[in-house]
Amino acid sequence: MTEIWDGLIKAIELIISLDPEVMEIAGRSLRISGTACLLASLICLPLGSLIHFHQFRGKRVLINIIQALFSLPSVIIGLFVFVLFSRAGPLGELGILFTPIAMIIGQMILITPILLGLTISALSGVAKEIVDTATSLGASDFQITLLVLREARYAVVAAVILGFGRAISEVGCALMVGGNLKGFTRVMTTAISLETSKGELELSLALGIILLLLALIVNIALYRLQQR
Amino acid sequence: MSLIELVGLSHRYGSREVLKGLNLSIGKGEVFAVIGPTGAGKTTLLRIIDLLEVPSAGEVYFDGKRVPGSRKQRLEIRRRMSFVHQKPQVFNLSVYDNVACGLRWRGEEKHRIAEKVDLILKMVGLEGYKNRNARTLSGGEAQRVALARSLVLEPEVLLLDEPTANLDPVSSAKIEQVISYVARQHNTTMIMSTHDMSQGRQLADRIGVLIDGRLVQTGNADDIFYSPKNEEVANFVGVENVLEGVIITNSDGIVTVKIGPHRIGIQAVSNYPAGKEVYACIRPEDITLAPIFHRSSARNYFQGKVTRVTTLGPLSRVEIDCGFRLVALVTKISAEELNLQEGKEVCATFKATGVHIIERGVNQ
Ligand SMILES: Nc1ncnc2c1ncn2[C@@H]1O[C@H](COP(=O)(O)OP(=O)(O)OP(=O)(O)O)[C@@H](O)[C@H]1O
Ligand SMILES: [Mg+2]
Repeated sequence: MTEIWDGLIKAIELIISLDPEVMEIAGRSLRISGTACLLASLICLPLGSLIHFHQFRGKRVLINIIQALFSLPSVIIGLFVFVLFSRAGPLGELGILFTPIAMIIGQMILITPILLGLTISALSGVAKEIVDTATSLGASDFQITLLVLREARYAVVAAVILGFGRAISEVGCALMVGGNLKGFTRVMTTAISLETSKGELELSLALGIILLLLALIVNIALYRLQQR
Repeated sequence: MSLIELVGLSHRYGSREVLKGLNLSIGKGEVFAVIGPTGAGKTTLLRIIDLLEVPSAGEVYFDGKRVPGSRKQRLEIRRRMSFVHQKPQVFNLSVYDNVACGLRWRGEEKHRIAEKVDLILKMVGLEGYKNRNARTLSGGEAQRVALARSLVLEPEVLLLDEPTANLDPVSSAKIEQVISYVARQHNTTMIMSTHDMSQGRQLADRIGVLIDGRLVQTGNADDIFYSPKNEEVANFVGVENVLEGVIITNSDGIVTVKIGPHRIGIQAVSNYPAGKEVYACIRPEDITLAPIFHRSSARNYFQGKVTRVTTLGPLSRVEIDCGFRLVALVTKISAEELNLQEGKEVCATFKATGVHIIERGVNQ
C-alpha cells in the first residue's frame, strides 16, 4: 500500500516538475492522435456529407455497418495494419511499420466509423426545411452542404472530440504497429501498459493521471457543446 | 407575355393526388393570390413553381422556356425567384448572416451585401437585431427575417406561402405594407397563398381559388367574391347564404327561385331557364335589416325572427329565420338601434342584383 502511495506522490511530482520524459511522451500522444483525428476528419466530414445528401441503394445498410464498426477492437486494426505494412505484407516496402506514421494510419482507421457515423447523424439532425429554405434562397448543392454542416456544427465538433478521445486512449493498435520505441513511438497508453509490467509505477501513474485529465477535459468540452 | 405558365400540372405524394390538372399563366409584374382551404395543395403548388418539387405530370414554363431537368439549370432559374416558406426557418446564425446568405451564394460583393442587408433590415423594422442569433427571435421577428432574406435578393418572382399566418393584426399589416411596397417598387411578380380572403383581395391583381387540388376559379377579386362559380367557392369565400333552390320562372332575365321546404320565392338576375336546379348566393353584407312593416323598393322582402346575434368587431352577424335561414352583417350601431336580439321580429331585404345564381351539380 505504501508503495502505491509513494508512487502516486512521485507521479504528481513528475507532472508538477514537468519531467522531460513525461512531457515528451504526452506531447507525442497528442501529436499522433491529433494528427490522426485531423486527417480522419478531413476525410470523414465530406464523405459523411456525401453519404447523407445522396440517395443510393444500400444506404441504410451502409449506415448500419458504419455504426456497428464504432466498437471495433483496436487490436484488430493493429493486426490489419501490421499485416499490411510488415516486411512481407503488400505495403511492406514503405517501411513504415513501427513508426508514428503507422500509428496515425491505425488510429485513423479506428476512428473513421465514429466520425462518419456521428457526422451523418449530426447532419440528419438538421431539419429538412432548412435544406428547402437554403435551396429556395439559391444555394448550390455545395453551398447547402456547407450550410448544413454549419447548422450542425456543435454535433460535428462533438463527433471530432469523441474521435480524438478514442484515438488517444486506445492501446492495442499503437502497441502493435508502433512498438513503444522510446523517444520515437512511445505514447502514453503504450508506456503505461509496458512500464507497469516492468514495475515502473511512478511513470505509469503520472501518465495515467495526465490521460485522465485529458479525458476529463474532453468530456467537459463535449458537455459544454451539448448545452448550446 | 406570361412569365410563369403551368400546363396540365398534376402532382401526387405516394398514391395521393394533391394537384389535379392545373392550368395557370401568370404575367410579368402580376400579383397573384392562391386562396383555398387547408390541404388544398397551395404549398405544393408553390414548391413546384420554385422548382423544389418535380411535378408528376404536366409542364412548367418559365419566361417562355420549358423548365429543364438538370440541377444546374434549375438552380439558375431558381435564383431568379425567392420563396418565403409557410413555416419560416431561420438558420442558426446571426440575423445579419441569415439575411446575407442568398447574396453571398450569388457571389455578391461584400460592401454591396452590407448596404442591401442594412436597408432591408430597416424596412422590416429589425435594424437593431443585426447581431442577435436568429434562433432567439420571437415567431413574428423570425417571420420578418425570413421575408427580409427573400426581399434582399430583389427576385423577379417572389413566392409567399401564407406570409402573415400566425401573426397579430398589427404585424400582419406591417408585413403586407412591405410586400406591396416592394411589389410596386421593383415590379416584382408575386405569387402568394393565403387563407385570408381580405388579404388576397387587398394585395392581389388576380385570385385563384384552389380547392382539393383543382383550380376551380380564377379572376379578379370581384369576380370571385360576387360571382363565385360554384357552391364550394361560394362557401369558401364567405358567401354565407348559399340557398338551394329551383328556378320556376324567368322573365327577361329576372328569375324567381323557390327556396327551401316552404318553397319561398326569391327574385334574382340570371339567364338560366325555368326548371334549373341552382344555388342562390347572397353575401351577408348585401342584406339590409329594418323594423317590420318597413316599406322598401327591394324585390326581396322577408319577415323573420332573429335566432342569433354575434359581434365581430364593429359588425354584428345576425342569423334570421324567415322560412329559410339568412345571415346578415350589419354595423353594431344599427344592430343596437334596431334592438336586435334573439326572438326579435325583423324585416330583411336585398336586391335582385345582390343574388348570385350558380348551377347545381357542376364541377363537383
Ligand atoms: N411531403 C408530403 N408527403 C405526403 N403528403 C404530402 C406531402 N406534402 C403535402 N402532402 C399532402 O398534400 C396535401 C396538400 O398539401 P399542401 O401542403 O400543399 O396544402 P396547403 O393548401 O398548403 O394547406 P395549408 O393551408 O394547411 O398549408 C395535403 O393533404 C398534405 O397532407
Ligand atoms: Mg400550405
